Amino acid sequence: MAILRHGALQPNDWLTVADGEALPEGKPVVVTLDRWLKERDTLIGRNAPLGLKFRSDQSPVAVADDLDRFGLIVLEFPKFTDGRGYSQARILRQRLGYKGELRATGNVLRDQYLFMDRCGIDSIEIADEAKVGGYLDSLGEFSIWYQPAADQRPTTLSRRHAKRQDNAGASPVVRESVAASWAY
Amino acid sequence: MYRYDEFDATFVAERVKQFRGQVARRLAGELTEDEFRPLRLQNGLYLQLHAYMLRIAIPYGSLSSKQLRKLAFIARRYDKGFGHFTTRQNIQFNWPHLDEIPDILDHLASVEMHAIQTSGNCIRDVTADHFAGVAPDEVEDPRIWAEIIRQWSTLHPEFAFLPRKFKIAVTGASHDRAAVKFHDIGLKMVRSETGEVGFEVIVGGGMGRTPAIGPTIRAFLPKQHLLSYLEAVLRVYNLLGRRDNLYKARIKILVAATGTQEFARLVEEEWARIKDGALALPADEIDRIQRYFAPPQYEHLPAISPELEAAKLGNPEFARWLRTNTHPHKVDGYSIVTVSLKPEGGAPGDASADQMDLVADLADEYSFKELRVTHHQNLVLPNVRKQDLHALWQRLAAVRLAQPNVGFLTDIIACPGLDYCNLANARSIPIAQRIQRRFNDFRRLEEIGDLRLNISGCINACGHHHAGNIGILGVDKQGEEFYQITLGGSSRDDSSIGKIVGPAFAIDQVADAVETIVNVYLEKRTSRDERFLETYRRIGLDPFKEKLYGNSQARRPAAE
Repeated sequence: MAILRHGALQPNDWLTVADGEALPEGKPVVVTLDRWLKERDTLIGRNAPLGLKFRSDQSPVAVADDLDRFGLIVLEFPKFTDGRGYSQARILRQRLGYKGELRATGNVLRDQYLFMDRCGIDSIEIADEAKVGGYLDSLGEFSIWYQPAADQRPTTLSRRHAKRQDNAGASPVVRESVAASWAY
Repeated sequence: MYRYDEFDATFVAERVKQFRGQVARRLAGELTEDEFRPLRLQNGLYLQLHAYMLRIAIPYGSLSSKQLRKLAFIARRYDKGFGHFTTRQNIQFNWPHLDEIPDILDHLASVEMHAIQTSGNCIRDVTADHFAGVAPDEVEDPRIWAEIIRQWSTLHPEFAFLPRKFKIAVTGASHDRAAVKFHDIGLKMVRSETGEVGFEVIVGGGMGRTPAIGPTIRAFLPKQHLLSYLEAVLRVYNLLGRRDNLYKARIKILVAATGTQEFARLVEEEWARIKDGALALPADEIDRIQRYFAPPQYEHLPAISPELEAAKLGNPEFARWLRTNTHPHKVDGYSIVTVSLKPEGGAPGDASADQMDLVADLADEYSFKELRVTHHQNLVLPNVRKQDLHALWQRLAAVRLAQPNVGFLTDIIACPGLDYCNLANARSIPIAQRIQRRFNDFRRLEEIGDLRLNISGCINACGHHHAGNIGILGVDKQGEEFYQITLGGSSRDDSSIGKIVGPAFAIDQVADAVETIVNVYLEKRTSRDERFLETYRRIGLDPFKEKLYGNSQARRPAAE
């Protein structure tokens, strides 16, 4: 599985370990939330980077106080129609202030990538490396953003505000009546 | 009306280009139908029984004459010469070809229209009071807020894959014409004790399999916090709404399961975290949007028009149309006109391309180039001088658009039903036509008075049968169409859900049953002033049951 992050394919340095399986020494591993909650003390003692994986029905708030310990958080999209991960991502980034890598796994399709990116997910697992161009193209399909999210893209709100500041003193753009304004 | 600025225009152009690419990938086989489905749905494209169906957004039912002409053009060039106005104030075309959809979207973009989020499990295009801005009973014009919601919800990255579809309606009036209690979120503009205007927030109403009247979760929300509050509701729903069962996925199920108070607490908790963030609306943006909805340049006219009074006296048919199809306007000397799309023998909500062109011309001549679409599937000319009403009526009558039946029994709301829809169990349009034929007597209709009859072809309730004073629901019984009748529904201020009157009727029995129901009402009402709904609420189901089914079980129709 290839990792697409910050505009390029990258090797996956992380090993996802199933519950009950032994953790390899000194290697970056991803464990499930369930395992973390059960084996927290042991896992903290490990001397290697630790990642955490959430199912779409699990709340990131459960690990709010431990977020600094994770170098990677993985959100699972079991079906692309399951949109809970978008809210999980925004909660992690905007409410809980998570700064590390946030990765989407599962049914991650090209046409969802932009939404994920806007919600603060900064890496995705893609099944077919040959399709990476399409994923990257999808990020460039829009230049207009109507609402603030977890990204830094300027919203229409802020751009309109800035434009008004520039035009301050100029005559208003909008004419007064519907009759006058509806002339193409 | 709202007009696109450079940002809106760029966005819609980018959206069309994106969809053109998605269609190309689908046609090339790079996208499976399963993968393509949510993409096309969020652009209003359904696969129906016979063909694709394209649902075009008419945001909050507001339309210019220029836009209506473009819809007429699309009807002629890409469809069979007509379009279908829907209960969500939108328009549907039933026969477009997939490879032509991007071109249709280009045509729409040229008049500042699109089909974004008219379908799919996302925030649907927002609806509002069709008399917004012209109604005398208005606290504030809801279109300003509907437009703000339209922009915020457009391609919202967090809420594109909700558990289920999500519908928001806004009214600014004291009389509810937007059925706000039957929406996922209903917003009613209210004035606080200190005179500040804000929103009453109603969450978890809906029709469908489990009809519900939404409870109020916040009595007063200051206006500048609208978007953060909506975002809090949506976030709670996105995370907690059920995804295991399609029929239990709407927010009304979550609100009922959580309890209104607890649900409200969850929303308030989330809202407290985000209310002062980037979603707080700056006054200059509210002003910007508000200016688009500034009133047109009304003339100073007397409240009573002598020309109108004279025409009324000389022509009883015109006088009847005036009583039924015109409504008080907030400005003296003006009227609001409803153009009925419910002719005898037609499909409710259908309009031909020629009719669209004509109504567009009439809007140019008589109504500041503006129109509305109602959730009752009619059109509205919102700003007609009283002295012009007679001429307008004559022009409408010439193309069968002057039926004096607005608000009456034959002003039927109906979904497309099994004639078009692949979810339907039964046909709706032929039932509507049979009832219209039976009651095709305007004197009798006026005698019966205020009575709403709604028809849905299946339990999904697109025809709002739960909210009809008389509701008709098509059901399938061993491959045969049957129709269940409910009584007592209402989508207005006195909102209620209809109750099933008894066993379902075969298709040939429905018009008889409706007539029986009407006769019971006429017999039992205390006076002409007692509306059907009031009589029903006073006397209950029993008198209707008795006349419909008699005492003999043996006379019951075959279905349960």
